[in-house]
Amino acid sequence: MSAHSHVDGQLPHEPEKATLEGRNKVLGFWLFLGGETVLFGTLFSAFLALRDQVGDGNPTSQELFQLPLVAAATFILLTSSLTSVFAIQAMHTNRVKSMLNWLILTVLLGAGFLGLEIYEFYHYVHEGHGFTTSAFSSSFYTLVGFHGAHVAFGVFWITMLIVQTFRKGLNTTTAPKIYVAGMYWHFIDVVWVFIFTVVYLMGKVG
Amino acid sequence: MDWLTTVDHKKIGILYLIAGGFFFLIGGLEAILIRIQLWRPLNDFVSASTFNELLTMHGTTMIFLAAMPLLFALMNAVVPLQIGARDVAFPFLNSLGFWTFFFGGVLLNVSWFAGGAPDAGWTSYVPLASPLYSEGKGVDYYVIGLQIAGIGTLIGGINFLATIINMRAPGMSFMRMPMFTWTVFITSALILFAFPALAVGLVALMFDRLFEANFFNVNNGGNTVLWEHIFWIFGHPEVYILILPAFGVISEVISTFSRKRLFGYSSMVFATVLIGFLGFMVWAHHMFTVGLGPVANALFSIATMLIAVPTGIKIFNWLFTMWGGSIRFTTANMFAVGFVPTFVMGGVTGVMLASAPADYQYHDTYFVVAHFHYVIVGGLILGIFAGLFYWWPKMFGRMLNETLGKICFWLFFTGFHLTFFVQHFLGLMGMPRRIYTYLDGLGFNNMNLISTVGAILMGLGTIAFLINIVITSMKPKNAAYDPWEDGRTLEWTIPSPAPEYNFAQTPLVRGYDAFWKEKMEGKNAMTPAEPLGPIHMPSPSILPFIMSIGLFIAGFGLMYHQHIITIAGLVITFGCMFTRSVKDDHGFHIEPDELHDKGVKA
Repeated sequence: MSAHSHVDGQLPHEPEKATLEGRNKVLGFWLFLGGETVLFGTLFSAFLALRDQVGDGNPTSQELFQLPLVAAATFILLTSSLTSVFAIQAMHTNRVKSMLNWLILTVLLGAGFLGLEIYEFYHYVHEGHGFTTSAFSSSFYTLVGFHGAHVAFGVFWITMLIVQTFRKGLNTTTAPKIYVAGMYWHFIDVVWVFIFTVVYLMGKVG
Repeated sequence: MDWLTTVDHKKIGILYLIAGGFFFLIGGLEAILIRIQLWRPLNDFVSASTFNELLTMHGTTMIFLAAMPLLFALMNAVVPLQIGARDVAFPFLNSLGFWTFFFGGVLLNVSWFAGGAPDAGWTSYVPLASPLYSEGKGVDYYVIGLQIAGIGTLIGGINFLATIINMRAPGMSFMRMPMFTWTVFITSALILFAFPALAVGLVALMFDRLFEANFFNVNNGGNTVLWEHIFWIFGHPEVYILILPAFGVISEVISTFSRKRLFGYSSMVFATVLIGFLGFMVWAHHMFTVGLGPVANALFSIATMLIAVPTGIKIFNWLFTMWGGSIRFTTANMFAVGFVPTFVMGGVTGVMLASAPADYQYHDTYFVVAHFHYVIVGGLILGIFAGLFYWWPKMFGRMLNETLGKICFWLFFTGFHLTFFVQHFLGLMGMPRRIYTYLDGLGFNNMNLISTVGAILMGLGTIAFLINIVITSMKPKNAAYDPWEDGRTLEWTIPSPAPEYNFAQTPLVRGYDAFWKEKMEGKNAMTPAEPLGPIHMPSPSILPFIMSIGLFIAGFGLMYHQHIITIAGLVITFGCMFTRSVKDDHGFHIEPDELHDKGVKA
């Protein structure tokens, strides 16, 4: 019932599910991710419908995409998923300091990914692949940009959680928030795996 | 001020009722203006362009700003009570959902005063809705207003799913849940999976209109059929989102006023789930004439007709519930009983439309208009009226006047059938939908006149309901716990209106129709599942209101390309999110000795 049902230092094994509020938050977030799946599913459908609509004289995906750069971005983002797992593991064993370190590393990797994406977009625009160039470019920037916006939001969010944990410590109020942010981070990683496959690999060879 | 900050689901239900009712009146007024324009051939009551705006705003308002909020009003007022919960899972988000819906709706209607309302139909088909053909700001208001309102709906859906899964009273298994709660559960799942698709469609259209993207711009490789797919993969489930809770209301009302257990409860649950599933499988039946090909048309035809099976199960279960019952014709039950044949008629024309070859004949005629008004007005609105008359005492502590209620029923019911029954024949005779006038001598005159008279009767019925509300609100609050005396479910075990903590002690549920079961064993109260103790309550908050205002401001900035205003609006919204996140709010407790007379004041 109460948010203060634990004694300091004796965190329950799964602190994110120790209170009804926490359980609601985790369940509600799973449901939210269900909605996000439809959101990205629709964006993917739109992209697949339009990806060959390049128009005359505009660069195609084969000419545009550079797999080494995208592979590096993928590697960075997937690693950040691993570090967020370590953070949640540390949370479950009540090692607050270790958890914070892993979260900070996650945020840094996320920011690194964003940096590469911004560079990539900048590069494409100089190749003549602007947002308004063709149906392909509009759907490309919308899909990949939506994902990028999700990453940016996640970076901001987890940073705020780190600050909060520094001030308030780990308890049954902050634990569900961190756990849920971890779920979010995995979700945007999974979406990226699909983007890597459907947008980049299929765009290069398919 | 209290109403701006409330997080109490019962008060939010009342807010939804007021706002949804207000938009219902606006949408109804638009409908009556449409009918006045069409009452005789070559009428010039409104101009063609105004007619397009009226038509678009009537559809958009009724679906998004009237029907859905009125359903959310009933959901908020009833679902936590029916499952024996003290609250919803996310009281803060519940309030946020209301305010985003409200400001999205206001934004849409501001368009009337800002140089023209949306005029591309409620489906906003491209290229008609593209910047090329719809030059004014109208469709911009549509994409942004609906986007903001849609956020609210999505939040509401998630909230009810989590509430129903996590917060049922001890003993309330899924197969003991009241039928209305079941239908809300499935509807919420549909909302969760349908609204994000609409969000993407609206974003794409917004990008096309405001930032010169090419999703639907054929000159640059865009695809207009893509819009139709995205819109209907949302839009078809949407009609089931609307009708399923009405089914739930009808199940409750008919069972209560027949003094019988709902016939075939488990088949009702099965039918609800199946309708929810099939609702997602049939979107392309709106697109038979697009040219998807015979295979796609055949598959979507069959899938569509399949929906008649679970719907038929429901119809027969209602009939068998009434069969042999001792039926009381209260106003609520008259609406419920009137619903059954009306909805069957709407369903039958649905099966007719589901036949792809026949659809080539019916397509874009008044036959389609008649069909969907039979299911949405004859189904949903009759269901909402039934639910409002039934639960009004639980929401406000006062019984609505029965005589006025019956006047309302007969005016509305007669008016409805007058308006829409003849439209089937207008459609078969070839009168196209969405036209602002027609020539004399086509044989359309008389039936259009009848239709207009019917619409005015429906308006009078609505006025009778408003008078009823006014008269009722002047009477003392003296409704009993169980004012219909045949209440079967948990909401009738607590005072009318419900206290802010709902249940002083969480009830122990021992079977389906929990309260009825106790009554049959000679008790008049539930067995508590816990000792009397302090009750934890969430604190009220102004943040949801401010967050929604932030989105409202950002919407204007986007439309008029004032990026500073957009950013300022978003800063307000995100600032509130930030405040909410860092400021821990543990709520407050109501102690056992305060547990008396804390009813909702309205």
